[in-house]
Amino acid sequence: MIKVGIPRSLLYYSYFPLWRAFFTEMGAEVVVSPETNKAILDAGLRSALDETCLPVKLFFGHVLALTGSVDYLLVPRLISVEPKAYICPKFMGLPDMLRARIPNLPPLIDVAVDFSRGTGNWENVLSSMGRLLAGDRRLIRQACRSAQAAQSLFQEQLEKGWLLPEALNGASGERGTERPAPPSPGSGRLNIALLGHDYNIYDEYISMNLIKRLRSMGARVATADLVSQAVIDEQAGTLPKKLFWTLGKKMIGAAFAFCDSGQFDGIIYVSSFGCGPESLVGELLARWVKRRRGIPFMLLTIDEHSGAAGLVTRLEAFTDMLLRREKG
Amino acid sequence: MKITYPHMGNLYIAIRALLLKLGLDPVLPPPTSRKTALLGVRHAPEFACFPLKLNLGNFLEAREMGADTVLMGGGIGPCRFGYYAEVQREILADLGVSMEMVVLEPPSGDWATFKTRTRSLVGDCSWWQVLKAIRFAWYKARAVDALESKLLYLRPRLCEPLQLEAIYREALRRVDMAENRRGLDLAVSDFLKDTRGLPGKSGDLLRVGLVGEIFTVLDPYANYDIERHLGLLGVEVTRSIFLSEWINEHLFGGLLHVGGLDHLKEAASPYLNAFVGGHGRETVGATVHFARQGYDGVVQVAPFTCMPEIVAHSVLPAVTRDHGIPTLSFYLDEQSGVAGIVTRLEAFVDLLEARRKKRLKEGV
Repeated sequence: MIKVGIPRSLLYYSYFPLWRAFFTEMGAEVVVSPETNKAILDAGLRSALDETCLPVKLFFGHVLALTGSVDYLLVPRLISVEPKAYICPKFMGLPDMLRARIPNLPPLIDVAVDFSRGTGNWENVLSSMGRLLAGDRRLIRQACRSAQAAQSLFQEQLEKGWLLPEALNGASGERGTERPAPPSPGSGRLNIALLGHDYNIYDEYISMNLIKRLRSMGARVATADLVSQAVIDEQAGTLPKKLFWTLGKKMIGAAFAFCDSGQFDGIIYVSSFGCGPESLVGELLARWVKRRRGIPFMLLTIDEHSGAAGLVTRLEAFTDMLLRREKG
Repeated sequence: MKITYPHMGNLYIAIRALLLKLGLDPVLPPPTSRKTALLGVRHAPEFACFPLKLNLGNFLEAREMGADTVLMGGGIGPCRFGYYAEVQREILADLGVSMEMVVLEPPSGDWATFKTRTRSLVGDCSWWQVLKAIRFAWYKARAVDALESKLLYLRPRLCEPLQLEAIYREALRRVDMAENRRGLDLAVSDFLKDTRGLPGKSGDLLRVGLVGEIFTVLDPYANYDIERHLGLLGVEVTRSIFLSEWINEHLFGGLLHVGGLDHLKEAASPYLNAFVGGHGRETVGATVHFARQGYDGVVQVAPFTCMPEIVAHSVLPAVTRDHGIPTLSFYLDEQSGVAGIVTRLEAFVDLLEARRKKRLKEGV
């Protein structure tokens, strides 16, 4: 059986159900790299360029964890997943960066994903990937359908309030089996909106268990995944100039929606050191949130040197401040 | 309307010519200085790239001189430059500085918006006058490029580079002042004439290509005068991109067919096979190009956290491996120090010299 490796990093958090269902249906075995640990991070730090951001370094680590044990490595060239917006230059150059810096890579499935001109869709992308595995056309079509079904189920669960890792685990279950009810968002006195790219906030190692820590401090945590794409588009559409980064749009759209709902006591924004788009998006958000609602806003920047003690101190200070504000 | 615009090397000369010909009243910010940088850094986001901070400093300094409108470039990503103006506008608003932002963007399909935006800027000028103004500004940019490339060529070759620089500054001033094409041509040809008789040095020169993000390549403040330091170390520097090429590509949307950068994009393959925003692909292509031309080394410059250049830098080791060309990358921001940069340049030049000697000995 052909083994296709998927690094547990970057857009794994957005598209794993799609990719997993597709390759499984194609008759391949999907191998995911282990959850982030120190060895993976260290391997990434050694092979990636110092100047890149933490998530890209971590991606290198996850790739290295798979090298040698898989026949193909799935590293799509993610240029754009919607018209007139990009992900990030580093995502666009990911396959090239890996090839230049990691010797003895397995063959990469590096089909370009570019919907920026309004043409192209996942079906075409998946078909091109399928042809690399030399599958026949009917099989590819069928695999495409299951893949898209799996992905829409995943989206549905997110909008119903599943936390992304829970929905991802759900995606590995068999279709048709009974789904558990959406887990509760945690009980607590504070409602906190946690914003940040999926690959930062849901990676327990590099986010230092941020979500669990917040919950244990008595906060109910909501993330941008709760907000539907339509609402994000509508909210982000109010900007004077269209934002051309998909992930930034999601952050801004969700933040505005959270502000408008009036249900949140504070917003925590997680960004990785050296993230280009976030350096501007985070700045704009801080200014706009202040002007719109005056909701307390905290920017947390994480990198490979972050220590849990520093994080905890800041979280405690922030939640204390929110509680005092509530009393006043 | 008193209109100002950010500095980027000698770009001010072309833009001033354009605005004057359009009958506007430009306010040139003082040359970018430590004060400009500090002003920008104080108010700009910490991790924004260096040019955004310097631009902001320029605007605030121009404001003190009475400017009320800012002319800024734009773009449609994924490089951050396309969103600079939006961020700068919000910062100025929160500072209580009322300056209007006029953003020039490449006409990407939406001609109607482009037309109204341009019309609001040019007032009563006829389109013919606008066209003439743009053309004149273009010639100024070409004249600046001619002077700069000659300066880069001559600096390591002459016994008195400081004298050359004085002549260059005078020629630049004449280009800036010139009111017609004849004046421009004269300024350039006089520069060539005046520098011809200067005593030169003999010997083989090291040649280094300068690649990277356009602002840091073109702006001597942002790159801490890297071209000059290399020149004074006796190295001939060749730039991968000049002002007029950037103007054509970025502001005219590549309308002029004057030998664009397409050959560099092709040369970037197989190391970097896709557009990655900014000039990332051109950086890789230019490095390959310089290697093929027998250059001794390549220096890359970029603002700290510049995404496209980080991608380019990531693949450069593969270019070095295949083409045997040493590269040195600098990430620049307000924290950079000139002594550190010069030390690294000296070490790099020493390495290039040693390499060349070794090659000569081996008869390669």
